[in-house]
Amino acid sequence: MRGSVRDLLPIFLVIGFFQLVVLRQPVPDLGSLLLGMLLVVVGLALFVRGLELGLFPIGESMAYAFARKGSLTWLLLFAFALGFGASAAEPALIAVADKAADAAVDGALIAEQGRRAYAWGLRLIICLAVGIALVVGVLRIIFAWPMHLLISAAYGVVVLLSPFTPHEIMAIAYDSGPVSNSVITVPLVAALGVGLAASIEGRNPLVDGFGLVALSTVMPMIFVMAFGILS
Amino acid sequence: MDFLISGIDVLTSAVLAILPIIAVVLFFQFVAIRRPLPNTRRAVLGLVYITVGLVILLEGLELSLFPLGSMMADQLTDPAFVAPGAAEPLDIDWHNYYWVYLFAATLGFAASIAEPAVIAVAAKVRDVSGDTISQWGLRLAVAFGVALGLLLGTLKLVLGVPLHHFLMPVYLLLIVQTWFAPRSIIPVAYDSGGVTTSIITVPLVTALGLGLAGALPGRSALFDGFGLVAFACLFPIMSVMGYAQLSVWFAGRAKRRAEAGGD
Repeated sequence: MRGSVRDLLPIFLVIGFFQLVVLRQPVPDLGSLLLGMLLVVVGLALFVRGLELGLFPIGESMAYAFARKGSLTWLLLFAFALGFGASAAEPALIAVADKAADAAVDGALIAEQGRRAYAWGLRLIICLAVGIALVVGVLRIIFAWPMHLLISAAYGVVVLLSPFTPHEIMAIAYDSGPVSNSVITVPLVAALGVGLAASIEGRNPLVDGFGLVALSTVMPMIFVMAFGILS
Repeated sequence: MDFLISGIDVLTSAVLAILPIIAVVLFFQFVAIRRPLPNTRRAVLGLVYITVGLVILLEGLELSLFPLGSMMADQLTDPAFVAPGAAEPLDIDWHNYYWVYLFAATLGFAASIAEPAVIAVAAKVRDVSGDTISQWGLRLAVAFGVALGLLLGTLKLVLGVPLHHFLMPVYLLLIVQTWFAPRSIIPVAYDSGGVTTSIITVPLVTALGLGLAGALPGRSALFDGFGLVAFACLFPIMSVMGYAQLSVWFAGRAKRRAEAGGD
């Protein structure tokens, strides 16, 4: 609990400083604010403890089990399902897809009646992108593909596609990558990568184990840009 | 009563976010791996902590930081606050928005210090690297990156530079930096961008972007309000690689000094 007070102190100070010193406004509804702050402190402490107790060991033990089993197919299916399922449930992503459809209608990119289909299409594309990103990332760990080549190439594609992406969904394409990483999948995926790298002979957990989140951040940008160009 | 209703909403969204992941994990555990989870009791306890913690955290954020943060974003970008003397919003210069830039940078820094995924992943990186990358070193490097990113992102919004004109050169710079960075830091650096744009940062940054785009003359919240999250994701990658490059440089200099002193 003490750790979580320390972690939250900066954000409370920033909000307090701007509210009281810069804007010189009283705090509206002090009671619910204080209750909210207390809940944030308790919730953060529980959540971080739960990640260490639950998700990290689960991710690592599954990585060891898959490595011992030696079935690449199951491992890749798991990686894909994890990426796809987590993005499908990410609330921030649902909001972004709806906004993107609004922007596309406003920009006369699509007709009004296509709005729902567009939002659904976009969500599906992003889920596919994250699923494929984790498959590529797992393959990278197994075959020790160099990260700097893979990630430079991926961002190179982002740069190449940018000039051709419709203006209306450009910002959403750039945002879709970071937004699709949920607070629950990130620790699970990190543990999976580290566990895999630790259980494969000759792999270094630091150099080979990380990088899954990086790929699932850049892949949706590429897929959404391609979706915008093609649709 | 409102408190209870929003509590139920928060509960539903938290459970919806966790359920598919647990379902995927259990399906593969029992169908593919075909053995029970090791330390089942610990794992179940952890999942309970995560679910309960997430619900409490989200409810607390909805009561405190989120409404206050988006209200402040609106007030700080209000023309009446930015330049009280200006007759028209168009008369306001880019430098009048200094409080907005400072708010964006400090909020970004503070939000990524509080981000649970960053805390957890930085602890993992510390353990895996055998303490060569300290938890606080990484967290501070990420937080500085987010601060810089949001500073530049809000500046870009005020100046009205098209997003890809700004981001394309920075992505190219990122690729160049990657070639010169120590190889072992690259995966962690690129991960940290995605890790920090999460449960606390994304809603606050989105509110800031929409508030600023709505207040600026000639911008639409829909077209210009997005894109800030990409800044908050991109610059930590550069700052973490930069942190590693500086560490290597300082270590090299100390070594050269020691050798020179030994002669």
